[in-house]
Amino acid sequence: MNAAAAPAATRPGATPRLRSTASDHLAAVAVSLVALTLVAFLALPLLSILLQAVQDNQGRFVALANFVAYARTPALLESLWNSLWVSALVTLLAVPSAFVFAYALTRSRMRFKPVFRGITLIPLLAPSLLSAISLIYWFGNQGAAKGLLDGLGFDQIYGAPGIVVAEWFAVFPHALMILVTALTAADGRLYEAADALGTSTRRKFLTITLPGAKYGLISASLVVFTLVITDFGIPKVIGGNFNVLATDVFKLVIGQQDFQRGAVVALLLLAPAALTFSVDHFVSRRQTAMLTARAVPYRPRHAPLRDRLLTAYCVGVAALMLAMLGMAVFASFASFWPYNLAPSLRHYTMGLFDAEVGEGFVNSLTMAAGTALFGTLLVFVGAYLLEKTPVPAALRSIVRLLAILPMAVPGLVLGLGYIFFFNDPANPLNGLYHTMALLTLCTIVHFYTTGHLTAVTALKALDAEFEAVSASLKVPFYKTFWRVTLPICMPALVDIARYFFVNAMTTISAVVFLYSPSTKVASIAILNLDEAGEIGAAAACAVMIAAASSIATFLFWLLALWIGRRTQAWKA
Amino acid sequence: MQPFLELEGIRKQFGAFVALEDIRLGIAQGEFVCFLGPSGCGKTTLLRIIAGLETQSGGRIRQGGREISLLPPAQRDYGIVFQSYALFPNLTVADNVAYGLVNRKLPRAQIQSRVSELVRLVGLPGSEGKFPAQLSGGQQQRIAVARALATSPGLLLLDEPLSALDAIVRVHLRQEIRALQRKLGVTTIMVTHDQEEALSVADRIVVMNQGHIEQVGTPMQVYRDPASPFVADFVGRINVLPATAEHDARVRIGPTSFVCPHQQPPGSAVKIYLRPEDVLARPIEPGHTNVFDARIDKVEFLGSYCLVRVTSPALGEHALTVYLSLNFLAEQQLDVGGRLPLRLMPERMRVFVGEPEPLPA
Repeated sequence: MNAAAAPAATRPGATPRLRSTASDHLAAVAVSLVALTLVAFLALPLLSILLQAVQDNQGRFVALANFVAYARTPALLESLWNSLWVSALVTLLAVPSAFVFAYALTRSRMRFKPVFRGITLIPLLAPSLLSAISLIYWFGNQGAAKGLLDGLGFDQIYGAPGIVVAEWFAVFPHALMILVTALTAADGRLYEAADALGTSTRRKFLTITLPGAKYGLISASLVVFTLVITDFGIPKVIGGNFNVLATDVFKLVIGQQDFQRGAVVALLLLAPAALTFSVDHFVSRRQTAMLTARAVPYRPRHAPLRDRLLTAYCVGVAALMLAMLGMAVFASFASFWPYNLAPSLRHYTMGLFDAEVGEGFVNSLTMAAGTALFGTLLVFVGAYLLEKTPVPAALRSIVRLLAILPMAVPGLVLGLGYIFFFNDPANPLNGLYHTMALLTLCTIVHFYTTGHLTAVTALKALDAEFEAVSASLKVPFYKTFWRVTLPICMPALVDIARYFFVNAMTTISAVVFLYSPSTKVASIAILNLDEAGEIGAAAACAVMIAAASSIATFLFWLLALWIGRRTQAWKA
Repeated sequence: MQPFLELEGIRKQFGAFVALEDIRLGIAQGEFVCFLGPSGCGKTTLLRIIAGLETQSGGRIRQGGREISLLPPAQRDYGIVFQSYALFPNLTVADNVAYGLVNRKLPRAQIQSRVSELVRLVGLPGSEGKFPAQLSGGQQQRIAVARALATSPGLLLLDEPLSALDAIVRVHLRQEIRALQRKLGVTTIMVTHDQEEALSVADRIVVMNQGHIEQVGTPMQVYRDPASPFVADFVGRINVLPATAEHDARVRIGPTSFVCPHQQPPGSAVKIYLRPEDVLARPIEPGHTNVFDARIDKVEFLGSYCLVRVTSPALGEHALTVYLSLNFLAEQQLDVGGRLPLRLMPERMRVFVGEPEPLPA
């Protein structure tokens, strides 16, 4: 409405709008760019999966025919059943074992807690299939402890047993982080009140501890189930002839070029993830409401027996974890497993030079750096515009939804969507297909949500009136962004960049569909080496990724320290 | 004379909920006005509309003769202070105060002298190099005031600026803000839910309730001559007695007829609003009207005086709260169960139509 021409300000029935300023326009343009990026690289690829699922290979609409065909294929139905029971079993094993560990870390006076915590986080630095490779070295046909496996009555590690154990290790840190958060949020006053009423330890656990961690347990179970059912690397390496949904998708799409049925399986994989996401979203809202600002932090009491038992348990878990990871490192240096264990760099040199992993490794580092840089920029600017500028309400809710959506999309499904969408010659963005840029964008989108939530949390911690104060002082919003918001949020930015970098180094599921020979990354090279029977080189490659991630984590830590000194001096 | 700030029929709706309805108000140049009301009455919404941080659904705002209804905040002329201080934590006190000045591209020396002038003005000289986190809450709020005043705005908006502070700091700082405002002559609007705060600093109080203005008046008018039962209840402590209007400027409370000027038709139900200090225990002399015998039910010790609840057959069932000084109670050797004569001051009794409603919690 032209306010200058109509100073009467109000027409009946119409809510007036303030005149826009140049900086309002700038914010609207910027947020539209973020929205467009998310639409092009998330929403449209997902939509094209849906389209593929209801079309035949000539592109004609066939309604649910592909789904019916799928349901009539016994081999595929068997994969569905396999995926379901393996994921359920891993959930039943991993969540309780992680709960005890988390309990030890948060509710005991056990010593060396940081050491235990650190050891359990190591698996996050390597591709998840590292544990599958280690298992092969331990229990494979030439495994170091094959006898133990025979003794337990399993004839081989390949198949369901291997998948279950390898996934158990791979998802343990994820479950642990959620449960530690849930158990940390304890109100000490509840325990004091219970003590004053003479409550037994068992009753306190059942009436205070467990209900308090209820949402964490639900959330951890859902996350574990989803991670397992959508994981591709572990079943590929150690699954043998045991088929699951994730490996089916790959075989259907890459092996048989059957896009239609591939799309159907992808939608099946999307279902549990989407369910997890919606339940988790609901649950996390309840969780935050539980702890008030007045809560008193819980302090564990002196209880030597409890602490000794828990320490023993944690030592056991940590030892298993180190054995698992150590074996891959050890085997990668062995000259010729299992006959000549003398240390050598044979696998490294062979992997790096002969199998062109060196190039893949450079690609990995490039992609990780690109993801960290551009991902952090996109995520933070997007979150800032959403939280702090007057974005039109409709646009705001669209961008918010798109920012949260990647959490519900397994990497495999996202990668598949990218093939369908970008491989289409009619798509003007077709030129991106097979490029490093697309791999980077895919990885950014894949891990967008965690970065977004970190940024939103950091931004919400800032006083909501900074922008109002700036406007009253006639300072445009971008100056306040530069002078105040950005410096205060620097630690969160470093954290987001580190998260992007490490995940880009280790990710397999999304990029496995998108690489070309010239843009192959190191984590994919592991799969190819393993498939070629070069398991030693595969182990070497996985170890190198883990090493690179560790070094990067350390460097990011140094960066955080340096930035902290420079920008956080105001913290009293 | 044309008011400095003029609100004409301001209306605000959130969906079906009417937050503000037809607000009309003029504020004179240099005036200190308080928007007073319970939470949810719309006072903060109205302030934010004046600031351009919310948009009115209808109505017009003029400031200094200029129509500002549709101007974005940056094109209006005001400084604002929030309850949360909203100081930039990573900038020093000097940088915070200079935040709006730097943008005006003033020479550095001029900015510096303006900053030290303001910091001195709010009583914190020498704190320029400190970060906000190194200051107490009260000191941070002073800096926020300095920052808001730095660009010499025509209007100062204070959104519950004292609510986050300790009681003692609060009382002290409100007087300082008042003194500063007098000295600079800047037109000021303060939003508060604390009636004592409003009474002590405002030139005029705008009492608001459920999105409309109940009364606009000086603190004395609002306190002594409340325009509605709501204002009487909200501002200060007050007794409410159900009564029946009678002829000849009299009302009947319980079995007794009291002198009390009113304009209600005889026989109609009314409620009498009467402040505790307007029920006198002395002087009571022969020939005084409205005197009755009361019995002390409860004594609440509040320091130099006591809040005493009395009942009397003369008032029927209804209890009455009065202030009695500690010395008086001691002198007369009065305690729970004691008896004393009391007098209702006829000219202070406010009469409103209808049955008394329960006081808001």
